[in-house]
Amino acid sequence: MAESKAITLPLTDEAIAGLRIGDHVEFSGVMYGARDAAHKRLIALADAGEELPLDLRGQVLYYVGPTPPRPGRVIGSAGPTTAMRLDPYTPRMLELGVKGIIGKGGRGPAVREAIKASHAVYCIAVGGTGALLNRHIKNVEVVAFEDLGTEAIRRLEIDRFPAIVVNDAHGDDLLEAGKAEYRTSARPIPATGGLSG
Amino acid sequence: MREIEASAITEAVANLAVEATHFLPEDVEGAIRDARETERSPLGVQIIDEILENAEIARERMLPLCQDTGTAVVHVELGQDVHVTGGYLIDAINEGIERGYGEGYLRKSIVSSPFSDRKNTGTNAPGVIHTEIVPGDAIHIGFMPKGGGCENMSRYQNFLPGAGREAVIDFVCETVDLSGGNPCPPLVIGVGVGGTAEKAMTMAKHSLFRAIGERNPDTEVATLEGDLLEAVNALGVGPQAVGGSTTALDVFVETYATHITALPVAVNVQCHSARTKHAVL
Repeated sequence: MAESKAITLPLTDEAIAGLRIGDHVEFSGVMYGARDAAHKRLIALADAGEELPLDLRGQVLYYVGPTPPRPGRVIGSAGPTTAMRLDPYTPRMLELGVKGIIGKGGRGPAVREAIKASHAVYCIAVGGTGALLNRHIKNVEVVAFEDLGTEAIRRLEIDRFPAIVVNDAHGDDLLEAGKAEYRTSARPIPATGGLSG
Repeated sequence: MREIEASAITEAVANLAVEATHFLPEDVEGAIRDARETERSPLGVQIIDEILENAEIARERMLPLCQDTGTAVVHVELGQDVHVTGGYLIDAINEGIERGYGEGYLRKSIVSSPFSDRKNTGTNAPGVIHTEIVPGDAIHIGFMPKGGGCENMSRYQNFLPGAGREAVIDFVCETVDLSGGNPCPPLVIGVGVGGTAEKAMTMAKHSLFRAIGERNPDTEVATLEGDLLEAVNALGVGPQAVGGSTTALDVFVETYATHITALPVAVNVQCHSARTKHAVL
């Protein structure tokens, strides 16, 4: 098994430069949970020239909509959601200063380009491991859009949160490289960027 | 005629919702464990280890396996000699969903008015409920909390009637290639061939209630299942699409008679958290 890289958040430019596709990373520090509805609202505020409820500069976003916590716990099951659904919002979020994103699945060509151009990084956490990831989230605070329920923006204090680098700041893509390496099928790889959803 | 109280159905569904979302079926966990031994990618093995550890934590700490506790898909086989008393069957099932998702601290992911205000119903009801009348005096309830990431990768296409099994294999492989990491591989893949459009998709979904390794009783279809599994695992998609030899744990195919003009093929994709649970009343 490959060794994990311990990284403290927020991300520095140096840390981003050192991350390469296929790296297994353990993040500690603070990141923000946000998904579809929160992205839509943040961008609407930014486009209207209004102040955002949080400073996105240098931050890491985690695409998560957790289950409600049982009494005495800070959060429920909290794995990543499909990143491709957020593709329409991501270039704008990177413009607003986001430096790292954690989701699941691949990103479309426009987002990959924007990640490279913004010197940012996209990672996946293992989809469907919300119980395991729960144990790496130590504290949770809803910081915006509480009315969105599971889709509200949450400040997450994390400890050794496991992730894998999929799109690095050098423009490489793990899913493309991985498929090429392990494909034994003679079938041509379909040209389109994937199914949305 | 046997009488079954609607409240007993409600209670059974509530229990199924909680159990299905917390306890990975043994056959699924076993198949993932087996895949660990054959997976060629070291990163793929690491992902499989995290999936196995997740199942253990979910079980021991009563945390849902996945935060997406799904659309409640309920398949009911109602014996024709059963009389449901004290309420309407469908209401009883939806009440069970409400209770299970509420008391079980599950995520409520269902919105009404899909193309307009998309307001969350707050209960995860209504479920998607399929009923079938069967011989006998029992009610069999299959419960599948179906995640959005994999359900959104479903596809349907009608092929030329003579296109044959190659068309089915091509379509399934193309679907898996295009869906990449979105449906959370390693996958379980349901395929419906024949019937009409809705019949094909219903068969694809229903096949996902089978246990891993359970082949179609028709040997020709069973052979197709084996060939599909091999073809899909040669694509190199791998666990979470990082590249690897384990893209699917199994492929299930159901068939039905069809029209002379048609070869309907439906694919319904299930994630590695292939959660199903059954009860018999």
